[in-house]
Amino acid sequence: MKKLSEIMDREKVAGYVFVMPFIIGLFVFTVIPFFTSLYLAFTDYNVLSEPNWIGFDNFKRMFFEDKHFWNSFWITFRFALIQVPIKLCFSLGVALILARATKATGVYRAAFYIPSLMGGSVAVALTWKQLFAFKGPINAVITAFGGKAVKFMNNPKITLYVLIGLGIWQFGSSMLIFLAAIKNVPASYHEAAIVDGAGPVTRFFKIVLPMITPIFFFNLINQTIGAFQAFNSSYLITGGGPLNSTLYYAVHLYNRAFTNYEMGYGSAMAWFMLLVIGAFTALIFRSSSAWVYYESEGK
Amino acid sequence: MTATTAKVKKYRSMRRAKIRSTIIYHVLVTMMSFLMLYPLFWMVSSSFKPNTEIFVNVTSLIPIDFTMENYVTGWKGFAELSFGVFFKNSILVAVIATIGSTFSAAVCAFGFARLRFPGRNIWFVAMIITMMLPGQVMMIPRFVLFNEMGWVGTFLPLTVPAFFGGAFDIFLVMQFIRGIPRDMDEAARIDGCSWYGIFFYIIIPMIVPALVTVAVLTFIGSWGDFMGSLLYLNKPKYYTSAYALKLFADAAFTDYGATFAMSTLSLIPILTIFFFFQKNLVEGISIQGLKG
Repeated sequence: MKKLSEIMDREKVAGYVFVMPFIIGLFVFTVIPFFTSLYLAFTDYNVLSEPNWIGFDNFKRMFFEDKHFWNSFWITFRFALIQVPIKLCFSLGVALILARATKATGVYRAAFYIPSLMGGSVAVALTWKQLFAFKGPINAVITAFGGKAVKFMNNPKITLYVLIGLGIWQFGSSMLIFLAAIKNVPASYHEAAIVDGAGPVTRFFKIVLPMITPIFFFNLINQTIGAFQAFNSSYLITGGGPLNSTLYYAVHLYNRAFTNYEMGYGSAMAWFMLLVIGAFTALIFRSSSAWVYYESEGK
Repeated sequence: MTATTAKVKKYRSMRRAKIRSTIIYHVLVTMMSFLMLYPLFWMVSSSFKPNTEIFVNVTSLIPIDFTMENYVTGWKGFAELSFGVFFKNSILVAVIATIGSTFSAAVCAFGFARLRFPGRNIWFVAMIITMMLPGQVMMIPRFVLFNEMGWVGTFLPLTVPAFFGGAFDIFLVMQFIRGIPRDMDEAARIDGCSWYGIFFYIIIPMIVPALVTVAVLTFIGSWGDFMGSLLYLNKPKYYTSAYALKLFADAAFTDYGATFAMSTLSLIPILTIFFFFQKNLVEGISIQGLKG
C-alpha cells in the first residue's frame, strides 16, 4: 500500500486539494443558493413558515399588481441609461488627460481615484445628502451666482439626478482601467502616425480609441451590471423618496424581502433582474463584434 | 545672421508656448482635482465646525470657530455603545475576511495556475461565470441559508465566505503566478519537493505583491460594506462602523457635526491604506480590465 503522503502528492490529487476551498464555496455559497432562489421564486416563502408552491403567482403579482415594481424598474433603467454613458465618458476623458505623464500625475490620479474608493461608503452618502441640502454648499454656490436655490432632495423630478451625480463622481476605477489601456498602446504606433502628419485628435480616433475598445467593452458591461444593482445611494440618501422617485429596483426588492419578509416574491424579483441583466449583457456582447477590435484577429 | 536670430526667436516662442500650455494644463487639472475632492474636504472641515456654523459658513473649508466637540459627542455613539465598539467590530470583521480571502486566493490560484487535474477547465469556467453573476440574486437564498445555520446576528456571514476563494481574487493571483517561470518548481520537483512544499517555499514568497493587492482590496471592501451588516447584524453590540454610522445619522438627525466627525473617522482607515498601498491598489484595479 502506498503512503498517504505519496497519494496526496500526485498532481491530480494535489490539484483538487488546492482548489477545494473554491469548489466547496462554489457549491455552498453560489450553486445551491442559485437554485434555491429559483425554487423560492415560485413559492410564498416568508421565513416563518414552510414555503408553499404557488406557481407563477409571484410573477403575476409583479407584472400586473405591484405598482412599485414597474415604477422601480423604469427608475433603475433610467438611472443606468443616464449614469453609465456619462460615467464612461468622464473616465475616458480624464484618463486621456492623465495619460500625459508629468511629475504631478501621481497626485492627480489619486485625487480622481479617491472618490471611487470611498464613494460607496455610508460616510460619503451622508455627506452627499448634506451637500445638496437646501442650505448646503451646492445651493450656496448657485445663489452666489444669482440663481435660485433648488430643493434637490424633495423634488421628484430632480432627486434622482443627485444620486446619478454621486455615481458619476465615482468614475475613478474605470478611469484607472482606461489609463492602463491607453498606456498599453505601443508608442511606435503614435510615432508612425506623427510621421504621417496625424494630429492628436486623429491619433485618438484612429489609434487609441480602436485599440482600447476591448477595455471600453469591459467597462461598459461592468458599469451596466453595477448600475442595475445600485442600492446604497438610494437606501442611504433618500430611502427611495421623494414620492418613490428614487426607489431603485434593488431597494424595492430589499423592502419586500427583508422588511415585509416576502422572500418568495423577492426571489421572483431577483430572477427577473437576473434575466434583464443577462439580456443586456448578451445585447452588448452581440453588438461587440461590430465595434470591439481585437488585435490578434488582425481585422 | 538674420536667419539665425529668426530661428532663435521662433524656437523661443515655441518654448514659451509650450511652457504656457504646460502651466494651463496643471492649473486646470489641479482645479479639477480640487473639485473632485471638495465633498470630502467639506465633510472634514464641517466636522470641526460647531453645528450652528455648518450651514451658515457653508462653502468655506476653514472653520471660523474651530471645535473638537463633534468628535466628543459623536464618539459616545448610541445604545450605550461608543464608536470604539463599532470600529473594533469593523476591524475584526475586515481583518478576518482579509486573512481568509488572501489565503484562499493564494491556495486556489496555485491549483489553477500550476497543477493539471481532470476537470480543471470546467471549474475555471465556473469561476469566470461567478464573477458575472449579480450578487443580489444570491442575497435572499444566502440569507435563508445563514438563517437555517443560525448564523444571522453573528459575524460569520460576513467573514466565513471569504475563506472559500473569491473568483476575482483567485484570478488576480493566477495572473501573477503565470508570470513566474516554472524552472524553479521543476527543479524543486526533481529534488523531491512535494507540491505543498513548492507552494509554501517557492510560490508564496514570490507572489507577495499580488497577495498584498488582494488583502488591500478585501480590507477596503469589507470595511465599507454596508449591505452585509444591514442583512445579517441585529444586535447593536455587533454593529460595524458602516452600519452604526447610518443608524447614528438617523438618530442624531440635526447633530450634523457629530455625524460628519464619525464619517471622517470611518474613512481614515481606507485613506491610510490608500496612501501606503497605492501602487498595489492601482495595479489591482488595472488588472480587472484584463479579465474581460
